[in-house]
Amino acid sequence: MAMNLKAASFDGWRRENGRMGVRNHVIILPVDDLSNAAAQAVANNIQGAMAIPHAYGRLQFGADLDLHFRTLIGTGCNPNVAAVVVIGIEPGWTGKIVEGIALSGKPVEGFAIEQNGDINTIASASRAAYRMVKHASKLKKVKAPLVDLWVSTKCGESDTTSGLASCPTVGNAFDKLWEAGHTLVFGETTELTGGEHLVAARCKTPEIREQFMAMFDRYQRVIEANKTSDLSDSQPTKGNIEGGLTTIEEKALGNITKIGKKCTVDGVLDKAEEPTGPGLWFMDSSSAAAEMVTLCAASGYAVHFFPTGQGNVIGNPILPVIKLTANPRTQRTMSEHVDVDVTGLLQKRINMDEAGEALLDCMLRTADGELTAAELLGHREFSLTRLYESA
Amino acid sequence: MTIHFVVHDEGDSVGVVVVEGLTASNRINGWIMDQDKMIEFDAKSDIPIGHKLAIKAIKAGDTIFKYGIDIGRAIADIAPGEHLHVHNVKTKRW
Repeated sequence: MAMNLKAASFDGWRRENGRMGVRNHVIILPVDDLSNAAAQAVANNIQGAMAIPHAYGRLQFGADLDLHFRTLIGTGCNPNVAAVVVIGIEPGWTGKIVEGIALSGKPVEGFAIEQNGDINTIASASRAAYRMVKHASKLKKVKAPLVDLWVSTKCGESDTTSGLASCPTVGNAFDKLWEAGHTLVFGETTELTGGEHLVAARCKTPEIREQFMAMFDRYQRVIEANKTSDLSDSQPTKGNIEGGLTTIEEKALGNITKIGKKCTVDGVLDKAEEPTGPGLWFMDSSSAAAEMVTLCAASGYAVHFFPTGQGNVIGNPILPVIKLTANPRTQRTMSEHVDVDVTGLLQKRINMDEAGEALLDCMLRTADGELTAAELLGHREFSLTRLYESA
Repeated sequence: MTIHFVVHDEGDSVGVVVVEGLTASNRINGWIMDQDKMIEFDAKSDIPIGHKLAIKAIKAGDTIFKYGIDIGRAIADIAPGEHLHVHNVKTKRW
């Protein structure tokens, strides 16, 4: 029985800016690598606060620094986050991130380590985190139309079963969500290589097609300028090859089935850029799982569809990652990582429409609060995309 | 009936093995998805799950088709039923 998406609703948190979240995290966000220790100490002190450590944030400049700020601010603004404590080595960049997150209207406070030291900073930031977790714990869930749920997708450790079954399952669900008016995104620029013409043909207008091809061509130039071979072992990855994928073209054609058969590509996004309306967006992004999912979270997406063949185990600190597989060996050997088993597709036990419905059903349960495999297993991969060397 | 391999489109050069432990000289069942047709075939190699077998005679230099679309070129002759992967097929890109 097909879910009536237009009549469906979920229970989540309505944020100050109107966006709907499905989790209620209080995060301790370091501005830079130096502040990870303090952030983790605060999260240890206050139950219910979560530190999001990362490797970067010093001596970046230009577009690379803009992306760093956009990703951290976007993470703080994500509707799955109730409140944010920002900790940086110095007050300047710390303040910039606090100001950016404050535009969403949610509680945010910043702390700088210089002239305070770790111990005093941890004490002050812990008091702020204490107040914020108290505040977040009092927020009530409200019912919202399902269309308020933003959904992202990216696949990983793909194999041939991804293109046969798990990626088309996402495509089936995306077609239905798109028709119901949802805000969706896909990306993985280089992993469209060999099928870029198929994506170009799906772009809604000539202008969008031109923007998409400019992003695609730019990324190809990066590959051409830096490659030392035909990228064997990187694209496809060792895991992809183990799983039977032979060339980037074969991998791309499987990947592209995630955008279904009906959706048009309604716009393009820079990395970590927030979409301005409903529809299917293409984000120019890396194809590395943690980088791409981190960018989806920073763009404001609230749940994520992640088809896998060989068994990528990825999660994200704030974005619930729903994993599906059609590979019976992966399902047999690592089922604790799989939320939706679509192995039945390859033996004709279920059809594509039924698989899509199973994924949508899991999406709805996740939106209502059921934990994903990645959440249960503590997967909180947070990987910032870098554009070039630090100064 | 077990489906041993799946083909996207009947014009394709390859099928994908979807069961574990497939060995050479097995009589195997294939499902062509787009046309929803069943075919029978002899496997000529041991082929791991997820890996491809040729379902047509392929000559070195030939384009390999999957999803009805070009996925690369053969760098060796490949007989029907043989394992087709990175040892005998390469990308045309990069």
